[in-house]
This record gives sequence, C-alpha cells and structure tokens, in this order.
Amino acid sequence: MITPHLPVLQVVLPLLAAPVCVLLRNGRLAWLLALVVGWVSLLIAVLLLVRVLDGPPLSYAIGGWAPPWGIEYRIDRLNAFLLVIVATIDAVVLVYARASVEREIDPDRVYLFYAAFLLCFTGLLGIAATGDAFNLFVFLEISSLSSYALIAMGRDRRALTAAYQYLIMGTIGATFILIGVGLAYMVTGTLNMADMADRLVGLTGNRTVRVAFAFLTVGLSLKLALFPLHLWLPNAYAYAPSTVTAFLAATATKVSVYALLRFTFSIFGADVAFEVLPLDLILPPLAILAMFVGSLVAIFQDDVKRMLAYSSVAQIGYIVLGISFASLDGLTAGIVHLFNHALTKGGLFLALGCVFYRLGSVRLKDMRGLGQRMPLAMAAFVVGGLGLIGVPLTAGFVSKWYLVVAALGNGWWPVAVLVLASSLLALVYVWRVVEVVYFQPAPREHSEVREAPLSMVLPTWLLIGASVYFGVDTSVTVGVARSAAAFLLQAPLGAGP
Amino acid sequence: MSPETTVAAAPLLPLVGAVLIWLAGRRPNLREGVTLVTAGLLFLAVASLLPTVLAGGRPAAVWLELLPGLAIAFRVEPLGMLFALVASLLWIPNSVYSIGYMRAHREAHQTRFYVCFAVALGSTMGIAFAGNMFTLFVFYEALTLSTYPLVTHSGKPDAVRAGRTYLGILLSTSIGLQLLAILSTWWASGTLDFVDDGILAGTVGDGTMGLLLALYVFGIGKAALMPIHRWLPAAMVAPVPVSALLHAVAVVKAGVFTVLKVMIYVFGIDTLRELAEGAWLPYVAGATVILASLIALRQDNLKLRLAYSTVSQLAYVVLAAAVLNPLAIAGAAFHIAAHAFGKITLFFAAGAIYTAAHKTAVSELAGIGRRMPWTMAAFAIGSLSMVGVPPAVGFVSKWYMLRGAVEAGQLFVVAVIVLSTLLNAAYFLPIVYDAFFKPPNPAESTHGEAPLPILLALVASAAGTVLLFGFPDLPLDLARQLTARLE
Repeated sequence: MITPHLPVLQVVLPLLAAPVCVLLRNGRLAWLLALVVGWVSLLIAVLLLVRVLDGPPLSYAIGGWAPPWGIEYRIDRLNAFLLVIVATIDAVVLVYARASVEREIDPDRVYLFYAAFLLCFTGLLGIAATGDAFNLFVFLEISSLSSYALIAMGRDRRALTAAYQYLIMGTIGATFILIGVGLAYMVTGTLNMADMADRLVGLTGNRTVRVAFAFLTVGLSLKLALFPLHLWLPNAYAYAPSTVTAFLAATATKVSVYALLRFTFSIFGADVAFEVLPLDLILPPLAILAMFVGSLVAIFQDDVKRMLAYSSVAQIGYIVLGISFASLDGLTAGIVHLFNHALTKGGLFLALGCVFYRLGSVRLKDMRGLGQRMPLAMAAFVVGGLGLIGVPLTAGFVSKWYLVVAALGNGWWPVAVLVLASSLLALVYVWRVVEVVYFQPAPREHSEVREAPLSMVLPTWLLIGASVYFGVDTSVTVGVARSAAAFLLQAPLGAGP
Repeated sequence: MSPETTVAAAPLLPLVGAVLIWLAGRRPNLREGVTLVTAGLLFLAVASLLPTVLAGGRPAAVWLELLPGLAIAFRVEPLGMLFALVASLLWIPNSVYSIGYMRAHREAHQTRFYVCFAVALGSTMGIAFAGNMFTLFVFYEALTLSTYPLVTHSGKPDAVRAGRTYLGILLSTSIGLQLLAILSTWWASGTLDFVDDGILAGTVGDGTMGLLLALYVFGIGKAALMPIHRWLPAAMVAPVPVSALLHAVAVVKAGVFTVLKVMIYVFGIDTLRELAEGAWLPYVAGATVILASLIALRQDNLKLRLAYSTVSQLAYVVLAAAVLNPLAIAGAAFHIAAHAFGKITLFFAAGAIYTAAHKTAVSELAGIGRRMPWTMAAFAIGSLSMVGVPPAVGFVSKWYMLRGAVEAGQLFVVAVIVLSTLLNAAYFLPIVYDAFFKPPNPAESTHGEAPLPILLALVASAAGTVLLFGFPDLPLDLARQLTARLE
C-alpha cells in the first residue's frame, strides 16, 4: 500500500520533520525525532535499492501530475545506491550527534541545529531522488543553505568566515548550475531529465547545448570541490561542528558527484562530454593535480581536521579520475570509491570528533600520546588512515585496485603510476599523526582525558568497521557500482577484469 | 584434518593465538603458555602437510573471494612448504628465547609484543601458502604492518625514526612498484594464480617483461636487494627476538621467497631464460652480495654487522635463482632454510651477550668466550654456516649454488660466491677468534651465561645448524621437487 510512495516519502519525511523540530523547541526531543527519521529513511533507501536492483527504474509523479509536465522522482540503480549511502551516514552520524552536539552547540540552539540538519539531509536526498533538472537545483539550494547555517554554528569564530566563504563560492556554483539548466530548458523546452535526454539526442553540435553543459560542469565541479575549485572546502570542514564535518564530508560532495554523473551520462550523453567537449582532456589532469596538491598540502597541516579536509580534495580527485575514463571499469572505480570514501572519511571525522569532545582541539600538538588515553578512537583513526593509503583488506584498496586496472585498460599507464604514487603521500600524512599519537608523551594536563562516550565511539567504529568489511567482502559494493556504471553507459553487464 | 583444512587453518592459527594472547594479557605465564602452545600447534599443522607435498600433492584452499576472480586462496607447493616449515619450526625456540629475553630486560608492552609476533607469523604462513600473487601481496602487507609495532617497540625517538624508515621503504616499494607490477600482470594475463610454467609468457613484449621483472624485484623490498636494503639495518632497533626470527627469518625470507615465487610461477623459468632484458638481475644481486659484505666488515655494532650480513646472504638467494639452472635454484631454495638456522643462532648469541654482558660492540667481545662458552660456541657454528664451512649447513646450500653456477658457465656468479666467502670469513671469524683466544679485560665485572631459556634456544638452533648439515635430505627433497620439471 505504502510501497508505491516510497520514492517521495524518502524526501518528504525529513522535510516535514524539520519544522516539527523547530516547534518542539527542545534539543533532546529534536535529536530523537531526527534519529528516528534518519533510521526510517535508511530503511526506505534500502527497500528502494532492493527493488530497483532486480527491476526497472521506479517513477513517481508528484501530486499525480504525469511526467514530463509534473515533477518526476525517478529511482534507478545509481541514485538508489546513493540514497543508501546518504541515509546510512545520516543514521550513524545522528547516533553520534547527541553527545557531540551537546558539547559543541549552545543548548538553546540545539533544536535549530537538528532542524537545519534535517533540511540538509532532505536536500541531499532530494538531489539524488529527483528526476527533474530544476527540482535538482532547488534541492541543491536547500542542502547548501542549510549547510551554510550548520557550518556557521561551529564554536570557532572562524566558522563564520568559513561559512561565508562557502556561501559565496556555493552560490556561484549554484548560479552556474541554474544557468546550465536554463540553457538546456531553452533548447529542449523540458525540465524532466529523461525527456530532456530524449530531446537532446542529435543536438550534440548545438552551441547552446555545449554552453549549457559547460556551465553545469563548472558549477558542479565547484560544489564537489574539484581542484582548483576546492578553496571553500578546507575551512568549511575544519571549523564546522564535528558532526557536521563528518556528515558533509561523507555525503555533500558525493551527491554533487552524482549530479555530475547524471548530467554527463544520463542527460547530455558521454559523446557531448567526451567528444564534442574535451572533458577527457580537462578532467584527468585536474583530478591528478587534486590527488597530488590535496595530499601534499595535507602533509603540512597542523590541524588534523584540516588535514583530512585536504585529503578529501585528493580523494575527490580519485573519484573524478575514475569518472573521466568514461569506461565501465573507470566508472565502477569512481562509484565504488564514492561509497568507500564516504565510509572511511566519515569514520575518520567521527574519530576526530571524539578527540574534540575530550580535548576541545584537534591540533597535532594537542594530540600527543593520545593513543594511550583514547585507544579505541585512535585505533579507528589508524584503520581509517590505512584505508586512505589503500592498504589491502580496507575499502580504499578495492577502489584503488579498480582505478589502476581502469587506467591500464585505457592504456594510461603513467596515470596508474601516479595513482599509486599519490597513495604514498597519504602514507606520509597519516603516519605523521600516528607517530604523534602513539610515540610522543602525553602532556601532563591531559592526565584526565578518557575515551569518548560509547554513543560516539560506537558509530565511529561502525563506519570504520564497515570500511574494513567492504574491503573484504566486495560483492555488494562492486556489484552495485558495476551495475550502476553499466546502467550509465547503457552497456551490457560485461564480465571484464 | 584433511590437508585442505590444514592449509586453510594454518594462517588462521596464529591469529587465533594472538587473540588468546591478548585476552591472557594480565597473566604473563598463561600468556607465554599460549604463545608456546600456538607455536607448537602451528609447527605440527605445517609438518602434517609434509607427506602430502612430498608425495606430489598440492593441497589447496580458498578463504574468500575478495574481488571477482581474485580470491584469498592457498596452494602448498614445495618452496612454500619449505619456508613454512622453517618459519614455524624456528618460532618455537624463538618463543622460548623471547620469554627469557623480554623478562630479563623487563620490557614494557609485552602483551602487544607477543600479539604482534603471532600476527606476523600468521602473515608469514599466508605468504608461504599463498596460491596467487594477490594473496601473497595481502599477507606481505600484513607482515609489514604487524612488524611495525615490534620495530618501534621501545617507543624511543631512535626507534620511531627507524620505524619510519622501515615502514616508508617497505610500504612505498610494495605499493609503488610491486602493486603496479601485480596490477599490470593481472591486466595483461587476466590471472594472478601461481602456475607451474608461469602466467606471463606470451602476454607482453620483452621490454615490458624486463620492466615488470624490475618492478617485482625492487618492489619486493623485503628481499633487501640494494638499493632497497636500508630498512633492514634500521629494523635492528627492535628487541633481539624480533631481529632473530623476523629480520633474519620470517620477514626477509618472505622477501626472497616472494622473488623466487615470482620468478618461477609468474614469469616461468623458461620464459626468463629467453629474456635478454632480464640479464641485469645477477649483476644487481652480485653487487649486493659484495657491497653488503664490505659494509658489514666496517660495522662495530654486532647487530648491524649481522644485518648487513643478512642483506648479503639474501642476495645469494636471488643471485643463485638468477642463474636459472635447476641446481642453482635448488641451492637458492635450500639457502632459505640454511641461512635461517645459522642467522637466528647468531642473533640469539648477540642477544645473549647483550643480556648477560650488556655489550653491543664487536670490539668489546675479547675473551668473552671464557665467560659464555655455550653462547660463543653457538656463535662460532653460526659463523661457520655463514662462511659456508662444514660442519655447518651453510656449506650445503653454497655447494649447490656453486655447482649450478659452474654448470651454467656463469663465471661472474662463481667469482661472487668465492669472493664473498672470503669476506664472510673476514668479518665473522675474527669475532670468534677474539672471543676465545684473547684475554678478557680484567677490569670488567664478571658475568656468566644468559638466563636459561635464552641458552636453551640458542643451543637448539645451533644444533639444528649442524644437524641440517648431516641430514639435509628433507629440505633438499623439497628443493629438488621444485626444480624437477626443469631438469
């Protein structure tokens, strides 16, 4: 009975819960509501994924207005997978949030925090679920505006400038996207993605189409923080509250990557992107630069949160690199890494949140000797760090394996060498932290520091544990990613290496 | 248990042991008991596979499929059997030794020490029994990571710095070079299984093949071919039992073992024979043999001298294998066992000296043979094995390597072996001579032998070094089975 409405429930549920949070005016109740909504959303997302994996895409007409006139929600393998990623991270992070948010946000603003958090969650789910180009822009704005507010809630006053910086950059990106959508609408007269894709067939030479696609690519690259459009990211991640950083790092950029995938492969078609426009010449160098510049800058950070933020810039490079191959293996690598990195980086930021909870700082010099004081959180950090390096039996290894195989498959062996070489930079920045945490004596004033509460350590280990689990059992992640990649390329499911 | 079950269980056994050791952490006697029992069980498990393998069986097992077509899978062949036997057998005396050493020095974090040790042995079993290059790589990395806390055990700044070198070199070569080679192999041949005649023949051009060989040989940093050898002297900051079993046996032998596996089962000996682009290999190995010996000659720190001797002895294995002649390859395989017994004895003796006399420098050892006769007798046997003189087992492997090189007409290899024998004698025999025939410094405090567990372990390994000279049949049979197809 309720099953046909799952696509819309996925988005509407958190959207309605957000104003309820404001009405509750109570931090604890607001948290409880957000938590319940988060887990129900996860359930819905899993149900949707199960349904589309062995069936055709689901279509849902909002308000009964049939597409292409009304707004359509369209769930296929790719965005169902993404919905699961976003909902999983949200559900886990919310368990963690209670203790962390109480420590980091003013008590009288906690209910507002959860309202904004739910809106951000709504926006990210909406971007993934919608089949309407303009609706996608709307959700993008919902998630962006709420994330500006969330970042600005950080205790550090620099959070305000970080949020402001993100606001400016994000708005420019959103404007570019809006212009792109508008131009596409001008040519096709439709905003429905599927319909737009049909009408764009044969228009590859049209200059308006090319300009539309160019605007969309630049706008989305800004939102997903592709080098050199990443400048908003380090500050935003470093000064936002721990919960927000973990949530945004694991989901926001990933959703933007999804939007790029959607516009590139499902709507405009790979031939516009890679033949008419030289995306295959533009994206790989930028992705490789991101890998190296991000990692190199990460090595020199003293604030570990900032270090991980720059590491994110590098990891986004891997994802974009995989996509830019435009091959089955490459897309599989990109999509798998989207998932694996969400788990790993989410877990790492949660581990840092545990540190911040106890120390009020995540600077390297304050974390001396923490390995003895907070063994569980620090062990999680090490395991997550190994995932960033791409050590076997972590999820990061699986992504890198596919990425290098894809590079070799394209005959780009120098790129394969660069991917592996950049992993070694991750080794350097991760081990800098390991040495400080395990081998330097703890300062005397930290003798009271203990492990963070279980409600924080457990979610941290849940994500880190998952990142190890999916490094060992890859049938689900690689299977779904491969199936989504094949769907994007509309190639039959090959049995390639 | 069927051989298949045993194969699957062997790498797991030390890991289970590690968990139990961790649980018994608060009760040292129970904890050490678990270590000893695990070591004993592991050896029995490995030894139980021997009849099957000697009869020509190749028991195999699969843990799980990690990526489509790529499984963590095991298949026991003669070389892996030999390596597993040596490592698991020597773990027993080494555990006895560890107990004596760690308690005598009142080391901290002993539970962590024994846990990591067990994990390292589990990884070693995984390497020895690996059925494909992918499995081998996974356990190779696990071995690197599990030995890192052992190298940095003391936590002092010099240990941390050494740990950085250790991890930096081993991980960067394995990820940057070896993984690239593995991925290229996978991409070119579509499989990573160890197959008797190799999997690369006919898949890539000769130039690429030569490049791949270089990526493998230098990517397998644990084999310590120059210039990828710096991590091994660095690892000497670790407690002596770690240097003894891991950095004289398990870790370094895992390196040369992997090189042999790659040469035999990935490239194929016949393929390598026809590969002109692979001709540089004996020269690199030969240069390492000689250079490392020359450096060893100049080391006054006993452990460092032993470490450079290890670098040189490891290069023997690669050098002999690069002759690509059945006798020499058999010699190379045998040398894995022969060097293990000799070198662990030397490290045991060095640790005994450090424990009883607190001496680490070669120049301080005059007359010590009178105070520690057992220890220095064992040291003498170990030294003879390094030089390759009867009645020590080092002679047997050297004999095979030399015969192989002569038969193949490789004069360069013959010259390297002869020259390095002289060098070995030059840096080991003076130590023995000084210990027994020079008068001790009368001003020094008197001391006796090291604690009993230490003594027991070093006598056992020294006895093994001699016994293996008298009864080399078992390892030789395994080595000859490895090369039977080539003759």
